[in-house]
Amino acid sequence: MEGTADLLEPGLHESSKPAFLSRLRSGDEAAHLITLIFAASILLIAAWLVFELFDSSVEARHKFGWAFFFTSKWNPVSGQFGALPFIYGTVVTSAVALLLSVPLGVGAAIFLSELAPPRISDALTFIIELLAAVPSVIYGVVAMFALVPLLRDPIQPFLNRTLGFLPIFQGPSYGVGFLAAGLILAIMVVPFIISISRESLLAVPNEQREGALAVGATRWESTWQVVVPYARLGIIGSIFLALARALGETMAVTMVIGNTPHILTSLFATGYTIPAVIANEFTEATEDIHLSALVELGLVLFLLTIVINGLARLMVLATTRRGTTQS
Amino acid sequence: MTKRNCLVTGVVLALSLVAYQWAPTSPTVVKAAGKILINGAGATFPYPIYSKWFDEYHKSHPDIEFNYQSIGSGGGIRQLLAGTVDFGASDGPMTDEQLAQSKVKVLHFPTVLGADVPAYNLPGVSQELKFTPEALAGIYLGTIKKWNDGQLAKANPGVKLPDSDIVVVHRSDGSGTTYVWTDYLSKISPEWKSQVGKAVSVSWPVGLGGKGNEGVAGLVQQTPYSIGYVELIYVIQNKMAYGLVKNSAGAFVKASVASVTAAAAGAAKSMPDDFRVSITNAPGKDAYPISSFTWLLIPSTISDSAKRTAITGVLKWMLTDGQKMTEALAYAPLPPAVVKKETQAIAQIH
Repeated sequence: MEGTADLLEPGLHESSKPAFLSRLRSGDEAAHLITLIFAASILLIAAWLVFELFDSSVEARHKFGWAFFFTSKWNPVSGQFGALPFIYGTVVTSAVALLLSVPLGVGAAIFLSELAPPRISDALTFIIELLAAVPSVIYGVVAMFALVPLLRDPIQPFLNRTLGFLPIFQGPSYGVGFLAAGLILAIMVVPFIISISRESLLAVPNEQREGALAVGATRWESTWQVVVPYARLGIIGSIFLALARALGETMAVTMVIGNTPHILTSLFATGYTIPAVIANEFTEATEDIHLSALVELGLVLFLLTIVINGLARLMVLATTRRGTTQS
Repeated sequence: MTKRNCLVTGVVLALSLVAYQWAPTSPTVVKAAGKILINGAGATFPYPIYSKWFDEYHKSHPDIEFNYQSIGSGGGIRQLLAGTVDFGASDGPMTDEQLAQSKVKVLHFPTVLGADVPAYNLPGVSQELKFTPEALAGIYLGTIKKWNDGQLAKANPGVKLPDSDIVVVHRSDGSGTTYVWTDYLSKISPEWKSQVGKAVSVSWPVGLGGKGNEGVAGLVQQTPYSIGYVELIYVIQNKMAYGLVKNSAGAFVKASVASVTAAAAGAAKSMPDDFRVSITNAPGKDAYPISSFTWLLIPSTISDSAKRTAITGVLKWMLTDGQKMTEALAYAPLPPAVVKKETQAIAQIH
């Protein structure tokens, strides 16, 4: 309290309106102003970021135009740059990560908030939140030395034997590739999903559960049909956060994806993502056009994140509407 | 209030501790006007030896301090061109275009040597493999696909090579190591030169990318039937197995500190005055063919005379006493002929 009074002192001398003064004293106006500045600063930072990326990529944008998005040649020697394999790799690895982590994360959150005894739930949650704080390079190292050998043999050969009729489970098994990157991303984002989903499930009022039970629902019916839909927005929020982290993850991905800019349908194949190629080539990019193309990739990643988030939001909106009309 | 008092006491205590810590060095701080700070940035490959050198030199010359940021050769060249550092460092010589961009003339000074070696993982083969230039180019172009290919079998009589696909591994990060490897392949293979070329990052026809020496080495060690190129220092320090390479004199040479220096000695006779020379595929029967210099990039005009004296002084020291420290860190020292030529070139800095 003392701190806020100190902060307000300069304002006191300038303002002469007593009404404003009293409101200022009580803190409302000041809080409004300060939080507004904070909120605006986030927008400013985002705008500045886009401007910088746009400005520094001018050379590549002029040279390649829209073709940058649709060509797959990435050759620093001849100065030919196209973003398509990187866009593909970023989308595929994030999709694999979400496909694996969403059911796992939401399922675990439901258990922790609805079914587990509170003591076990608290202990497990603590461990899960610890996982979220592990640096990504650690995940990368673990993936390289533990996950990749397991994938090479026996997991990928097994998938090939059993589900090999699907094009996504074909081709030679190197261990590194889309599947390895998607898996490690799934492991990295799952703590976010569990932690936030659990919080929003716990925030569901008990009356909701009791009401459902009172009309004759089983425990599971009450959880699945009442509690989970009620906490839907929080759960979806956690998935967005997970998606954002998966799209932008650099270190762990570049260590296990194989870093080859081509587009292959098999998940066993090696690929490349936008953050990985920027991290790999930025420090040694001596040609201006190379550097400019890498910055433009940053811009593409920014756009990709906006587009994917937008699409996901539209999907959420559509399903929410349907959900409300049904119930 | 007691909380605040606690806080104040804590801050005072911390400050006095800091003051105490700094007290012994305060005489030099007072002398700050006479102190010279030399800023440099660039290559990561020579970073261990540079930091050793700068540390040792600072011990004998306490008034000169160094700040070397190993941000990569590309970054070093950029910062030098922008004039934000006193010297740059690069694993590849600057191109003519880059030199033309510079406001002042930039001089190249080779400091130490490095080399790339082919490391492989061949289950069931215990002998050291021999690689011809054609075989290495074929493997990296993707035209040699199997370990029992005729090219490899011919160079390795008596070795039972498996009928397995070769898994090719390369660096994914832009690196001087890749520059040296692709420079070598461009020299010995016209197909490589026209299809791929040489650079710190290239468009690889085949293979998986690993990040850093440790990434390539990790992939090679884990993946059966793989081959990758790794820096000599890295394989020596990690005691990895690696193959011999046939040099321009037709001899199969194993990379070592001695054979890398021999490559520089072989190239010394035709050394251009600006030292911008590639020593891959160098002449000499002892020369290891995939070797390279690493360079310090120093502006020829340094207006601050104290700084100029300091830079030329440390440069002379690196070329003489400094060279004795290289082998302990597995860097190959410069041959005497190159040192002599460089010592003369230092006079160009004015």
